[in-house]
Amino acid sequence: MSRRLTVPKTYKLYIGGAFPRSESGRTYEVVSAGGDFLANASLASRKDARDAVTAARGAVKGWSGATAYNRGQVLYRVAELLEGRRAQFVDEIVQQTGVSASDATAEVDEAIDRWVWYAGWCDKFGQVAGNGNPVAGPYFNISVPEPTGVVAVIAPQDTALLGLVSAIAPALVTGNSVVVVASERYPLSAISLGEVLATSDVPGGVVNVLTGSPKELAPWLASHPDVHGLDLVGAGDLDWVDLQIAAAETLTRVLPPEQGPDAAAPSLSRIAAFTETKTVWHTKSLV
Amino acid sequence: MSFLEYAPAPESRAVLSLKSEYGLFIDGDFRAASGESFATISPADESHIATIASASEADVDAAVAAARRAYDKTWSRMSGRDRGKYLFRIARLVQERARELAVAESLDNGKPIKESRDVDVPLVAAWFFYYAGWADKLDHAGLGANPRSLGVAGQVIPWNFPLLMLAWKIAPALAAGNTVVIKPAETTPLSALIFAEILQQADLPPGVVNIVTGAGATGAALVRHPDVNKVAFTGSTPVGREIAKAVAGTDKKLTLELGGKAANIVFEDAPVDQAIEGIVNGIFFNQGHVCCAGSRLLVQESIHDDVVERLKTRLSTLRLGDPLDKNTDIGAINSREQLDRIRELSRIGEEEGAERWSADCVIPDNGFWFAPTIFTNVQASHRIARDEIFGPVLSVLTFRTPAEAIEKANNTPYGLSAGIWSDKGSRILAVADRLRAGVIWANTFNRFDPSSPFGGYKESGYGREGGKQGILAYLKAPAAAVEPTPLVERAEGETKRRTRTPRAKKGASS
Repeated sequence: MSRRLTVPKTYKLYIGGAFPRSESGRTYEVVSAGGDFLANASLASRKDARDAVTAARGAVKGWSGATAYNRGQVLYRVAELLEGRRAQFVDEIVQQTGVSASDATAEVDEAIDRWVWYAGWCDKFGQVAGNGNPVAGPYFNISVPEPTGVVAVIAPQDTALLGLVSAIAPALVTGNSVVVVASERYPLSAISLGEVLATSDVPGGVVNVLTGSPKELAPWLASHPDVHGLDLVGAGDLDWVDLQIAAAETLTRVLPPEQGPDAAAPSLSRIAAFTETKTVWHTKSLV
Repeated sequence: MSFLEYAPAPESRAVLSLKSEYGLFIDGDFRAASGESFATISPADESHIATIASASEADVDAAVAAARRAYDKTWSRMSGRDRGKYLFRIARLVQERARELAVAESLDNGKPIKESRDVDVPLVAAWFFYYAGWADKLDHAGLGANPRSLGVAGQVIPWNFPLLMLAWKIAPALAAGNTVVIKPAETTPLSALIFAEILQQADLPPGVVNIVTGAGATGAALVRHPDVNKVAFTGSTPVGREIAKAVAGTDKKLTLELGGKAANIVFEDAPVDQAIEGIVNGIFFNQGHVCCAGSRLLVQESIHDDVVERLKTRLSTLRLGDPLDKNTDIGAINSREQLDRIRELSRIGEEEGAERWSADCVIPDNGFWFAPTIFTNVQASHRIARDEIFGPVLSVLTFRTPAEAIEKANNTPYGLSAGIWSDKGSRILAVADRLRAGVIWANTFNRFDPSSPFGGYKESGYGREGGKQGILAYLKAPAAAVEPTPLVERAEGETKRRTRTPRAKKGASS
C-alpha cells in the first residue's frame, strides 16, 4: 500500500475574523530548522497592516464594551481550544524550530496556562488597579482602568507560540484590540492561533495576525494614528528607537523591546501598560 | 451705584518681601546663573516684579549633579518616615505662608486672588500633606514590598497654576524617594522661588530639590540630560510630543499631562442653575487657562436658547480687573503671547461663521485682558471647536441624543476631561463609561484633590498625577520582582501533566 499523500495547509493572514491572502499577492518561504520547505506564508504589506488596524479599531467598541466576566469566559474558551489542538501546535513548533517534542510540548503547555492565567484577570484587574478616592468634599469619586484601544504588537521573534501568546493575551484582558506581527522565522503557529481564535468566541477584528517582515510593517503600525499602544517586545533587532519616535507623534503608549526566553513574562504591568485610568467625580446631595 | 460697583478691595502686597533679583536654587542655596537674566512682570499692568536668572545648559548640569549627589548620599538612604516628615513640614510651612504665596501667585500670574487664596495654595498644602503620608507606606502602592525610587526627576511645569503644578510634581517625587530638578514656567517663576525659601526653612537636605528658572531651552536641556531618570511634563501637546521623541530609546520614565478640549455635556433634565455655575467655573475659572477647561459646551438642543441666555446674564455679572482685588472674578491673561493667540483664534471663529458674544466689561488700559466670550452656532469642524484656546472663550454646540453627545464629545484628539450635567444618575454613569477622557465630572466641574488621579487619554498625554496612581509614576518594581505566575515545569512530559491532580500540584508548590 502506498504512503498517503498529505494535505498541506495554506497559511494566510488573519484580519477582521477572515483569512485573506496578502493584498499584495506576496508570499515568503518558511523552512524547517533543517532547511526543508514548510509553507509559503503571506508576506503582509503596508495595506494589509492598515486593513488590520481598521478591523481592530472597529472591534474595540464591542470587545471593550463586553462585560469583564464575558471577556474572561471568551479568553478561557481560547485556552480550551488550544488544549484541543495541542498536538498540532507541538508538531508545528517542532517543524519550524527543530526543538524536541518535549520542549515543544512544554512551550505549548506554558502558552495555554498563561492564557488561562490572563483569562482569570479580566474581572479582577479593575479591582486591583482601580480604587475609590477619599476626596475632601461631597463627591463619590472612583478610578477605574479602561483599555487604551488598538495595540500593535511586534511579537518576540525567537519563539513560535509562547512569546506571541505572552504579548497578546495581556492586551486583550482589559478590552484592547490587537494587531500582531508574528515571528518572521516561525510564523505558522501564529496563523494556527488565528484559527483557534476564529473558532472560539473572540469577535472578528479583536486579534489580527500579520506574517511577514516586522522591519517592513512596524513603521506603518508605529506611526498609524489609530494605533494607541505599541508593544515593541520583539522589535529588539529593528531600529526600535525610530519606531518609538514615530509613535510619539500621536502620543502612542510604548513598551520597549525585551530579550531572552523570558520576554513578555506574565505580569500585571503588561496588562496595566495598555490601560488608561478614568476618574469619575459624582456629586452627593445634601440630605 | 449699581449692585456691581464695589469699592476696590485689594489684598495687601505688604505681606511680600521680594528680592529684586533671584538666582537659581541649586544644592540648597541661591546662586547666580551663567545664562542671561530676564524680567518677570505682572500681566495685570506689565510692571516689573523681579529679575530672574536663566539657567544655561551648564547650570542645568550642575543642578542635576546636585540632585544626583543628594539622591546617592542622602535621600535614597533616608527612611520613608523621615522623608515623610520633611514633606509634612513643607505642607505646614505652605499653610503658614499661604497668604504670601497667594499674593505672589496672583501678582505674577494674573489670576484672581480669590482663586490663588482659596484654590491654588490650599491645594498645594493638601498635595504635600497627602504624599507625605505615602513616603513610609510605599509597600502598599501596588508594586509589592520594597518598590524602588527612580533617581533624579526632571520636571517642567506650566504657567497656569505655577505653585500647584510644582506641588503636583515635587510631592510624589520626594515621597517615593527621588530627588528633583524642576523648571518653572518662564512667565511665572516667582512662587517657586519663594517655595525655595520654604525648603530652606524646612531644612530639606541640599540638592533634594533644585529649581532652575529659564525658558524653553532650559527645559529642553533638563529633559534631555543623560543623568535624569524620570521626566514629568505638564504643558502643550506639541511640546509633549517633542519630549516623548527626545526620551525615545532611553530608560527615562515619562509622564505627560498635555492639552485638552473638554466637552461639558448638558442634558435637558440638568439642574440648570447649577449647570450654569458649572459651565462658568468650567471655562472661566483661571481665565480659561486650564488644560481640563470645559471649552466645548454641548447643550441638548431643546434647552440651548435658555442656557445661552442665562449664561450671558451670568457672565454679565462677572467682575474683570485687578487680580489682587478680592472681588475680582476674571483676572489678567498671563502673557501678551497668550493674549495674541486667544485673539487670533477668536477672530478665526468669527470668520468661520460662529456668532460671537463678549461680556460688556471695562478693559484696563495696561496689561493683558480678554473679556469672557461665548461663541454660538459653532460647528464641530470649526477651529474654535478643535483647537485648545486656553483662554476665557466658550464654544457652544448642540446635540439631540445621548449617542450624538458622546460622538461629538469624543471627536477630538484630546481626552483629558469631560463634564456631564443631568438629574439622572444612570444616564450619567452610562455616558461616563463611553467618554474617552481621564477625568469626568458629573454635575460639577474643575474639582481637584490630591487623592484623585488626574491625567489624560489619547493626545492629552499619559501617566497620572494624584492619588495612588500618582505615586506609581515615581516608582519601579522591586529588584527581584516575583510575579504570581502559573508556571508549568518546562521539562515535564505530557503524561505527567495529564495525570497531575490539583492536590498533587498543591503539595508540589512548596
